[in-house]
Amino acid sequence: MSPARARWLRLRTVAPLCPRSRQYDLVLTLPGSLRDSVLAVQDITEIPIDHLMLEASLCVRGKTGSETGGTLPQRMAVAREATPVESAEDVKQADLDSEDLLQIYRNMLITRGIEERGHILYRQGKIPGSFYTGRGNEGASVGVATAMQAMDVGTPIQRDMGVHVTRGTEPWRIFAQYMGRSDGLAAGKDGNVHMADIRLGLIAMVSHLPALMPVAVGAALAFQIRREPRVAVAWSGDGAMARGDAHEAMNLAGVRKLPVVFIVDNNQYAYSTPNRLEFACEHLADRAAAYGFEGVVVDGCDVLTVYREAHAAIEKARAGGGPTLLELVTLRMEGHAVHDDAFYVPREMLEHWKEKDPIERHRRWLKESGVLGEAVDDEITVEVKKLLNEAMKRAEESPLPDAADLDTGVYADPEELDTPHHR
Amino acid sequence: MAIKTYLQAISDGLREEMRRDQRVFLIGEDIGVYGGAFKVTQGFQQEFGEDRVIDSPLSETAITGACTGAALMGMRPVCEMQFSDFVSCAFDQLVTVAAKQHYRVGTPVPIVVRLPSGGGFSGGPFHSQNPEGFFAHCPGLKIACPATPADAKGLILSAIRDPNPVLYFEHKHLYRRIKGEVPDGDTAVEFGKARVHQEGSDLSIITYGAMVYTAEEAAKAAAEQDGTSVEIIDLRTITPWDREAVLASVAKTSKVIVLHEDTHTSGFGAEIAATIAEEAFETLDAPVMRITAPDTPVPFSPPLEKAYLPQPGDVLAGIERLAAY
Repeated sequence: MSPARARWLRLRTVAPLCPRSRQYDLVLTLPGSLRDSVLAVQDITEIPIDHLMLEASLCVRGKTGSETGGTLPQRMAVAREATPVESAEDVKQADLDSEDLLQIYRNMLITRGIEERGHILYRQGKIPGSFYTGRGNEGASVGVATAMQAMDVGTPIQRDMGVHVTRGTEPWRIFAQYMGRSDGLAAGKDGNVHMADIRLGLIAMVSHLPALMPVAVGAALAFQIRREPRVAVAWSGDGAMARGDAHEAMNLAGVRKLPVVFIVDNNQYAYSTPNRLEFACEHLADRAAAYGFEGVVVDGCDVLTVYREAHAAIEKARAGGGPTLLELVTLRMEGHAVHDDAFYVPREMLEHWKEKDPIERHRRWLKESGVLGEAVDDEITVEVKKLLNEAMKRAEESPLPDAADLDTGVYADPEELDTPHHR
Repeated sequence: MAIKTYLQAISDGLREEMRRDQRVFLIGEDIGVYGGAFKVTQGFQQEFGEDRVIDSPLSETAITGACTGAALMGMRPVCEMQFSDFVSCAFDQLVTVAAKQHYRVGTPVPIVVRLPSGGGFSGGPFHSQNPEGFFAHCPGLKIACPATPADAKGLILSAIRDPNPVLYFEHKHLYRRIKGEVPDGDTAVEFGKARVHQEGSDLSIITYGAMVYTAEEAAKAAAEQDGTSVEIIDLRTITPWDREAVLASVAKTSKVIVLHEDTHTSGFGAEIAATIAEEAFETLDAPVMRITAPDTPVPFSPPLEKAYLPQPGDVLAGIERLAAY
């Protein structure tokens, strides 16, 4: 075999969604055979045609001209790309006051704090099974949940701890849930993030994602039949969008113009599988057009933009305007679960997205906007720490379930239908 | 009291419950304007409107999942799989979501899935199955298989009022062929209570659904032939199932045939036979016999399908063998 020759080529492609990691994303949009032989990328320039194109010089290892030359096929993006919320005026229009902005900050800190402490409990051997976190998704989950009203319902998934926190789930019960204790939301019958408090309008996920998308659609159907001004929010991940449940749910919702908002937590990896191996359209939000409603791509690290877009979509649904699909783009900052070191995610990509951390970004914004001073920041940090440390302590005092409870609750009793949700 | 077909009885039960309880709504393919592939819901959309009788897209997963979501929000959804065979497309929503929700987080899921099932029409492998066995294996689901018009109505009422997900198998071969007295008014039939279809003293046949009539025909022939007295137990529901009634009948006759139209291996009959072996071994005077469809898909062509479905002659041969044991 002759030694592979390296040579430079000039290629043109559609601009990746988030120009911040352009170099990396550009490589990912190349066909497989070419992508694997890219050694370096240089001189990226933007070419505004219909929509943005990029041209770049690639250093490619030993390829023939026919495989590497020419322009890459241009993919059509359909979804709207949300513009970022920047000014105080934008925020005002999004209907948030200072207290709301600080509450968002607090909820994101609690969310991350719960998962960081969960890691510790796991390493201490106090959490059976596996452990999942949503690091990097705090802005996306808290932003959407903040836009929901108390009467609305949702089906958050495993990166959406922020939804449980924002809706008012007590942290000590979440720790108890992690540890399989009696006071966990599933009382030890199910573990990790497979939990929800129906009294807070949340429906517990299953592992078979996105099986709760059709369930959220059914909640919206109930609201439509009863003419109630309520909205259901259905979550999916980027990987789960490849399953048929997503299609059937969005199609039924589109046909009946149901009051439901579909959220995709696009953290770019389904376990180890990157977006390019999960879907061939430009954005997942592009699919909305095929179901007859709007799709929007949102920077999921920007909690205020997430809030604004979710608020608009939820209120549109409430007013009878039908569904919206919001794709919230983030990067999963940890492995699929605690056992996974995510070696397959390029280091540079993680470094790049670390700079975009949703909590740091919101904190900076609050400080620059004069909403958060040093003293208040310290106060909130201390308060959150205290809350979570007490919660962990309380959860550890919760008893493990009694083995005699093994076969209780397989079937419901008729009187259990006398709850506000079932009446 | 009026004489009704099995189909009319289901239809009456649904209609009366929809009139009584505003929370009940129907969703399925072609159930509205068309009135359902078998016309069980004919005229329903005119009476209850498009909001409560919903023509859905061809989406068994979304139909079933949406029922769960609506039930969690306080509705009492009843969906129809156009043929029970298509419930395979909704397996996950039933087994993964609906069946486990109460055990996991304590929220009841009161939904009913109507499943027109069974063969005898050259429906072939995808319009003739009896898939109750798959679901009987799943904790958290309830399963009804009515045989008579009175039970068809009584069990649909109970199914809708039950706080759990219920699979209601309605046998297509009984729809218009079987007529019977249906008591007027609110006549809910309790789940888990078997019915003695006919009393007998020599041998018991434990069965449900359309096979009740196959057993009846065979029992009649046996009685005429040599006076063998056969007791037929109609289970009515298989989850839960009436173990006490089965064991009482076995204790009385000491010989038993377990009969169903579903296939043999791991069919629900295996569970009944095992229970009899565990609980009533000492009262038995012969091995427990199973008569079922063979372990094949349901074939299309009439001679093949006839060979597939348990026939009265097959059951009669079984009765003769056991009686002589």
